[in-house]
Amino acid sequence: MTQSAIGVTRVPLSERAGVIRSLQILVMLGFVGTWEILSQVGVLDKFYYSRPTLIVPTIAEWITQPGTTLFRDIGVTLLETVLGFAIGTLAGVATGYAFARNHLLGAAFDPLFSMFNAIPRLVLAPVFILAFGIGLASKVALGVTLVYFIVFFATFTAVRDVDPAFIDNVRILGARRRDVTFQVLLPAALSAIVASLRTSAGFAFAGAVVAEYIGSNEGVGRRIAVAEAFFDSTGVFSGIVLIAMLALALDGLLQLVESRFSRWKPRRER
Amino acid sequence: MTEAVISLHGVSKVFHPPRQRPYVALEGIDLDIQAGRFVSVVGPSGCGKSTLLALVSGLLPATSGQIVLSGRPVSAVRSDVGFIFQRDALLPWRTVRENVALPLRFRGVPATVAGSQVTEWIARVGLSGFADNYPHELSGGMRKRAQLAQSLVNDPPVLLMDEPFSALDVQTRNLMENELLELWGASRKTVLFITHDLEEAIALSDELVVMTAGPAGTIKARYPIDLPRPRSVTEIRFSPAFVALYERAWNDLRDEVLRSYQRSLSAS
Repeated sequence: MTQSAIGVTRVPLSERAGVIRSLQILVMLGFVGTWEILSQVGVLDKFYYSRPTLIVPTIAEWITQPGTTLFRDIGVTLLETVLGFAIGTLAGVATGYAFARNHLLGAAFDPLFSMFNAIPRLVLAPVFILAFGIGLASKVALGVTLVYFIVFFATFTAVRDVDPAFIDNVRILGARRRDVTFQVLLPAALSAIVASLRTSAGFAFAGAVVAEYIGSNEGVGRRIAVAEAFFDSTGVFSGIVLIAMLALALDGLLQLVESRFSRWKPRRER
Repeated sequence: MTEAVISLHGVSKVFHPPRQRPYVALEGIDLDIQAGRFVSVVGPSGCGKSTLLALVSGLLPATSGQIVLSGRPVSAVRSDVGFIFQRDALLPWRTVRENVALPLRFRGVPATVAGSQVTEWIARVGLSGFADNYPHELSGGMRKRAQLAQSLVNDPPVLLMDEPFSALDVQTRNLMENELLELWGASRKTVLFITHDLEEAIALSDELVVMTAGPAGTIKARYPIDLPRPRSVTEIRFSPAFVALYERAWNDLRDEVLRSYQRSLSAS
């Protein structure tokens, strides 16, 4: 009160970083605590839902076990994610760009692409496992199909909807065809790719994990499948928690990349 | 009499939108503009005045007639003109400095030479403190200044301006108009200026061209403007000569504005 009386503006509670952070931790603890308590008092069946005090030691054991394969599993899953993401993005950018620049091509392929895009692509996982085997290729293939369409449509719309004033302006300023491509069209596409980066990387990760779960001999998804086969719900949840952690780390990393590439955008569009 | 820098003879432009009737935007345009003159074109919306600039710059091909710019017929996009667009045309992912440097970069000017020219032009339009800002960080007026610097850094003899200040508030607009006159006075480029604002057109120009309502827009009247220079656009509007000119030109323009309005009503 004395502070506001002398005119010092107080930062509202809802905008203080410390307050927000404490609340976030409180919510997390509340969630984990409720899970634990409900499990302890028997509302949640431990057999199906496990409990945090069982999951944490399991993950710790995975990490510390002598000769643990955990890091190899994580490495495999991340490699599949990166490959699926990279191949899907390259293919999506190349075709999205070509289709946006060539109306006839875009029109001809439109129905086919709409059809493929309408298929929930996770159902393709068994197809890829049959076709490419239980190794790396089938996981990457699923990731590619997921990433491809996101990046394709993002690039396509971005390049097609480039403000014609930008193109007219640089042409008058002396741009050749190559300059228009590198100064206007590709930066517009890059901006769309960066905007879709986190979504598409998330999908590449999901594709890798799901394909591992369905048929594989290594990877994080494989761990869940094995635990499930032994009715080991703690193992399943440990795998899920691990995946969540990895996904968060990946997303955090990409957020950094995104902000690095978005400095030119107005804040509300970032 | 000096040679015409911009000359149009019997120029017309017909658009062929898919699945619609062809649209005659311009018809029978004859216009000669001498070197160093500031000429404004006014007309109601839809009269084809912006199309006229697109034809002169080569962004659009004329359907018939001949356009000669700086002694050469216009057959492709001309990069020996400056063009200020109505909309923001600065690349949003480039800073002011990078945007202004574009025309030099496209021409392969060495970075060291380009750098000093760019810095000089950024200073001339008063954006020295904002050279490393992105366009979205600037106000509308500042973005227009940056566009001016971008278009002039290469020193083109002709400047084409398509309602450049119409999106600005009145005060900023008057400021920009005065600064444009200053820049023009120092360089004496040939300017073809498109606007729907009669006051702006008279205050800035040596000659006023009034167009008829579209479709098939054409030149209705031309007025020489002999008001003394240097001018201040904010003060010249009160001079009796300005008012007299305004009244004469407005008589012409009013009929066209009404016609344009009635056509838009019957079309909808």
